[in-house]
This record gives sequence, C-alpha cells and structure tokens, in this order.
Amino acid sequence: MGKIEWAMWANEQALAAGLILLTGGIVGVGGMFRGWEFAAYSIAAGVFVCLLEYPRGKKNKGTSVERTGQYCFTVCVKAFGPLTRNYYVRAFIHAAIAVPAGFMLATVLGCVCLGIASLIYLGAAISGEKWEPILPRTETRKAVGESIKQPPQNPPPRPPAEMRRKRAEDLEGAAYDNPIKVSTNDE
Amino acid sequence: MGNMIINHGLTSFILVVWMSINIFLFVWFYFFYDLGDQFYYTRHLLGSWCACRAPAAVLNFNCLLILLPVCRNLLSLIRGSFMCCGRTMRKQLDKNISFHKLVAYMIGLMTAVHTIAHLLNVEWYNNSRRRMYDPLSTALSDLPDGNNTTYLNPIRNIDNPTYFAMTSLAGITGVIITLCLILIITSSMEVIRRSYFEVFWYTHHLFVIFFIGLVIHGAGRIVRSQQNLVQHNYTLCKDRIESWGKVAECPYPQFAGGAPGTWMWVIGPMFLYLCERILRFIRYTQTVKYRKIVIRPSKVLELQLVKAGFKMEVGQYVFLNCPAISHLEWHPFTMTSAPEEDFFSVHIRSVGDWTQKLISMVEELPEGTQGPRMGVDGPFGTASEDVFDYEVSMLVGAGIGVTPFASILKSIWYKFKDSDPKLRTRKIYFYWLCRETHAFEWFADLLQVLEKEMEERGMGDFLTYKLFLTGWDQSHTDHVMVRFDEDTDVVTGLKQKTNYGRPNWEKEFEQVRKENPSSTVGTFLCGPAVLAKVLEKKCAKYSDVDPRKTRFYFNKENF
Repeated sequence: MGKIEWAMWANEQALAAGLILLTGGIVGVGGMFRGWEFAAYSIAAGVFVCLLEYPRGKKNKGTSVERTGQYCFTVCVKAFGPLTRNYYVRAFIHAAIAVPAGFMLATVLGCVCLGIASLIYLGAAISGEKWEPILPRTETRKAVGESIKQPPQNPPPRPPAEMRRKRAEDLEGAAYDNPIKVSTNDE
Repeated sequence: MGNMIINHGLTSFILVVWMSINIFLFVWFYFFYDLGDQFYYTRHLLGSWCACRAPAAVLNFNCLLILLPVCRNLLSLIRGSFMCCGRTMRKQLDKNISFHKLVAYMIGLMTAVHTIAHLLNVEWYNNSRRRMYDPLSTALSDLPDGNNTTYLNPIRNIDNPTYFAMTSLAGITGVIITLCLILIITSSMEVIRRSYFEVFWYTHHLFVIFFIGLVIHGAGRIVRSQQNLVQHNYTLCKDRIESWGKVAECPYPQFAGGAPGTWMWVIGPMFLYLCERILRFIRYTQTVKYRKIVIRPSKVLELQLVKAGFKMEVGQYVFLNCPAISHLEWHPFTMTSAPEEDFFSVHIRSVGDWTQKLISMVEELPEGTQGPRMGVDGPFGTASEDVFDYEVSMLVGAGIGVTPFASILKSIWYKFKDSDPKLRTRKIYFYWLCRETHAFEWFADLLQVLEKEMEERGMGDFLTYKLFLTGWDQSHTDHVMVRFDEDTDVVTGLKQKTNYGRPNWEKEFEQVRKENPSSTVGTFLCGPAVLAKVLEKKCAKYSDVDPRKTRFYFNKENF
C-alpha cells in the first residue's frame, strides 16, 4: 500500500461530480427551471469534467488499472502537457468551473462535489503528485551482448568422417553414444 | 446443473425476495400517494410527485438492511444457532459484504431518483408561489398558516429554490447526507479500497452523519395531507375557490404534515450496530497472550496466540488489531491451527503497510518476550466440517488458498490419531498448486512434519500429496537436473517430488478412482473459479451411476 496517492481519490470524486453536474443540468434544462441558463452551463461543465477525469493517471507504486476504453482520452489529455499534468492547475480549474453551478439548486450538489474534488487535488499537488498517462508498454528488445557481432562463418574444426566413426574394437573411446542399439546387417 | 442449484440456488432466492420487496414498496407507495384523496390538492400543485415518495420508501427499507450485513458478531451468533439448518443456509452469511454492496447500489440509485424528483417538486412549489400556474394552485399556495387555516405549500416566502433548500430542515439534511453518501461511494471504489484502505475506512465512517441526518430528515413535516376530507370535499369545492371559508360546504382545507417515519425503520439496525461496535471494543480489551512468535522464511510471520474462552472450527478466520500500528484498523487472517490444539495461530505475509510494520516491530523484539498488544475478534466464517464426512477426500489448494488447508490437514491428522468417530476419512489426496513456493515454505514444513509422523506410525498412505509448481523457469530445471537422483525434492525437501506445470486432472481422477473402487470421494477446492469449473466437470465425468462404485462430489469452498 504505502503512502496514499490523493490524486486517485480526487479523480474518482471529480468524475462523480462531473456526472452529478451533468444530471443536475439535464433536470434543470428539461424542467425549464428558473435560471436554466446555469443548468445549460452545468451540462457543458459536466461533460468537460468527465472527459478530463475519465483517463486514470498512472500510480507511482503498484499496478495502475485503466478504465475501459480510456486510451483515446489519455492521448487527448496528455496533449495538453503541463496544463493537465500539474495538479495545482487542475485544482484551480475545478474550483473555477464549480462556481457558476452553485447558483441553482439543481446543480448545487455538483458544485459542492467538484469543490471537494478540487480540495483533494490541492492536497495531491502539495504532496508533489503529478498526472502520468498510462500508455501501453512498447516492447524493447533486449540488446544483444556486445561480443556477439556476427555469427561464425565456418564450422568448428573436426577430424574427417572416417576417424569420427565408431570403431568396433574401441567402443568405449568413441565420441558419441547410440540411443538405439545398432546391429550389423547380418544379425 | 444440480451442483449449480445447490451452490447458487439459495443466493438467487434471497436476491429475488429482496428485489420483490423493493418493487412492492415502490409500487405500493407510488399508488398510495397517487390515488389517496388526502393528497389530491398536493398532486394538483406538483403533478406526479409520487416519484419522490416511492423511492423514499425503498430507501427506508434499504437503509435498514445496509447496517445488518456488517454486524459480523451478530452474524456469527446467527450462524451458531443455525447449526441444525444445514450448511447452505449458513454459507449465505458468508456473502454478507456482497449483499452490503448491492444494498448500497440500490441506496445510491434511489437517492438519485428521490433527489431529482424533489428538485422538480421544489421548483413547482416555488412557481406556484409566484402565481405562475392556474388559480387553484395559487389559492392553495396562498393558504396561510393562521387561525383557521393551515398551509399546504411549504415554501412560505417567494424566494428561490436554493434558499428554501438551505433553510428548511429537510433541504439542508438532504444535501448533507447526499454529500456524505457521494464521498462514501467514491472512496469505496475498488481502486481506492485495494490501494489505500485507510482512506476507504475512515471516510466510510461518514455513515454516522448519514444516519443522524436521515432520521431528522423528515422532522420538518413538509409532506402534507388534507385533514378535513369529510367537511371539504374536493370534487365539490375545487372549482369554487372564492367561496372557501364563506360557504358551509366548503370550509378551508386543512393540512398537516406527516410524522417522520424513517426512524421506525432504522432505529433497530442502528442499535444492533452500536452493540456490534461495543462488542468489538470489549473483545479488543480482552487479553491475548503470545505463546510463540516465529519468523518464517520469505517474511512470513507466524503468531501462536492464546485467548481465554476462544473456540474455533476448521477453516475459520479472525480479525486482528494492533493499537501500536493503528487504533482503528482490523485485518482478517485465516487461522492455520487445528481446533484440537490449545492455541490458535495465524501466518501473516508482508503485503501492505500494516503487515510490514507488524513484521518489522516483531523482528526487533528480543527473544522470548511477548509481542505487541493485539486485539482479536472472531472467529468468523462457516466452518468446513464437510471435509470430515467423506471416506476419501481430494483437497485442492491453489496459491494463497492453501492456508485454510493447513488447519484442515492438522485437524484431520489429530482426529485420525485419536480415532475420532466424527472423522470418516480414510484417505486424503492433497493437491497443492502454486506459481512459486515463495512465502509458503511454512506449509512445506507442515507437510514434512505430517509425513514424518505418518511414517513413524506406519500410516504412510493416509495422505498422498502432490505439489504443482506452475511458474517454473530455466533456473528451476537446471537445479532439478543437477539433483534429480536425491531422495527428497529439491524445492520443498519433501519425499514426494514436485511436479511442474498444471496437473493433468484426467490422470489424477483416474488414479483416485483406481485406488478407491467403491468409495464416495469429496473434492474440495480453495482457489480460482476457473479451476472450480474444471474440477466440477471432472467430478461429473468420473462419477459412476452405480452407487457401489466410485462417486465424486464437488464442494467449492469460499474460505
């Protein structure tokens, strides 16, 4: 286990907040509540937060578990470089996004959840955590040892065939063993 | 098919019953609020508002249920008193955490429905107040809380819905407890639970706030129903708003709020859970003495403990708590000792923070001293006494699943030595499958001891065991090649040689059948589900219809 990586929990919380913002926004717009403009904003904010938070980052210790189909999201998020890698930026973005959603009852829960996620991200940033993408490991072939430059051109030196064959009078001194007993033709 | 019914039938039945109760409550309360005359005016103001009352009923029921599966001492008590009712019943109690999760999902879902419905309600109440709807709605909303009138619309001032939510008791408690619920759910995700258990455990205690808020959530009494249906008949009077209070047959409609009902549902389980926590605390204060502390190879710690009044069965587990490491954490460990011994033991591997700290603390202790203060809760789990009922037993332990078999094998051996009549077993085949023996050398030691004792008594063929190393590599083969003609195995030091790769079950079952032509063979597995399927099939295949010949019965154990 080891030290807690706050970013992992912040990620779950932010994803949940994104979904809640989305749902609250849909209810607000669908019911044409007063202040439905905030609800419409909340739908957009919810979608944005979900897209940003869907790809899980790599854990420092242990195996990271990907969410289903997160690869394309990982690539997109990675493309923003330090903006998405740094958790201070994320904490600030989430706090900023959350504010307008607080002006309407349907979305206020999403606002508070996102605010909490922002605080946890702040904690993660203070602990020095960073978002690392989970990318498939490229197969690196082990570099062949330096001494093996080229295979040999010639076979190893051996005495000629007649000398290598087993002699009947000196079976023990032969260089090889027959796995199956060999007999002459007339036996 | 028969096996599936035996293994899953009761679980499916319980789930069907639970779901039916949920559906029944939803539908019943939906129609209660949809058709009840006393709510006619409320329905007029709010359209279909029953969508918030129905999930509320389902929430009441599930909040009652959610506390029960985590009262493990209560479950132990029930399990003990069900000894007569068959193992299948008792095994259901082992699936308590799965049920807890299922109920939690239902609570989450119903909370979402309930909240959305209330968002709509509050908006419509507010609009009514602003006279945006028809005259009847306006008149109803205008009803003041005065000398001879009582109000219907809980929004008394024309303000925005957020203000109402934050100032009414129901609103503010609702927001707080929903927030607690969301935090509990996000910290209970598998990723967080497996990697950062402390976050999960401490955040989960927000449930205390959840339940307190839940109980006072209805105290504002904003669900209002008409009280004077006889005097004020709505069919007559709904179109004669101007004459309300002025004509004899249409006095003002009087309303009163329904009393909060949730406390009636949850007070019982809350009390039981409180007792559970008190009991855990009492157990924690009971003295536990160390009989022996052994550091095994591969950073495995064996603790032999003694506690007054502690009784265990084979295959059960205990929860350990070490205040020196963490006051609030309790971790489960399967017991590796037999009930016949006068102590109980656990083998602790170093897998996380808590276990690592424990092992390093114990390593620094001088010889022969007592270890750190330990609290023990338990034992829990369904005992696996079925093992003793078969003439011939095939025990298959895969990986960490071998731990309960330590307890079982020891117990069988004790019973055999003492000729315990409860033990019908005459022959045991034990198959140990693991990727590598790292961290299980202590189990190999146990087998060695048993092997030696059996040889001394001339009972060499009571136990036949085979070890299968499924994760062998080149260095293994080199090792084996060099020492192949030694008497004992190079990996385990046991007389029986290690096999490499997965077992050929056809061959194994054939051998068992050949050596026991007319017995009932019980097969027990503690390992992955894939293996369970394989063994189940083989048991079916090699069983003979003729009852005089060999028959295999498969038992999947969930230790």
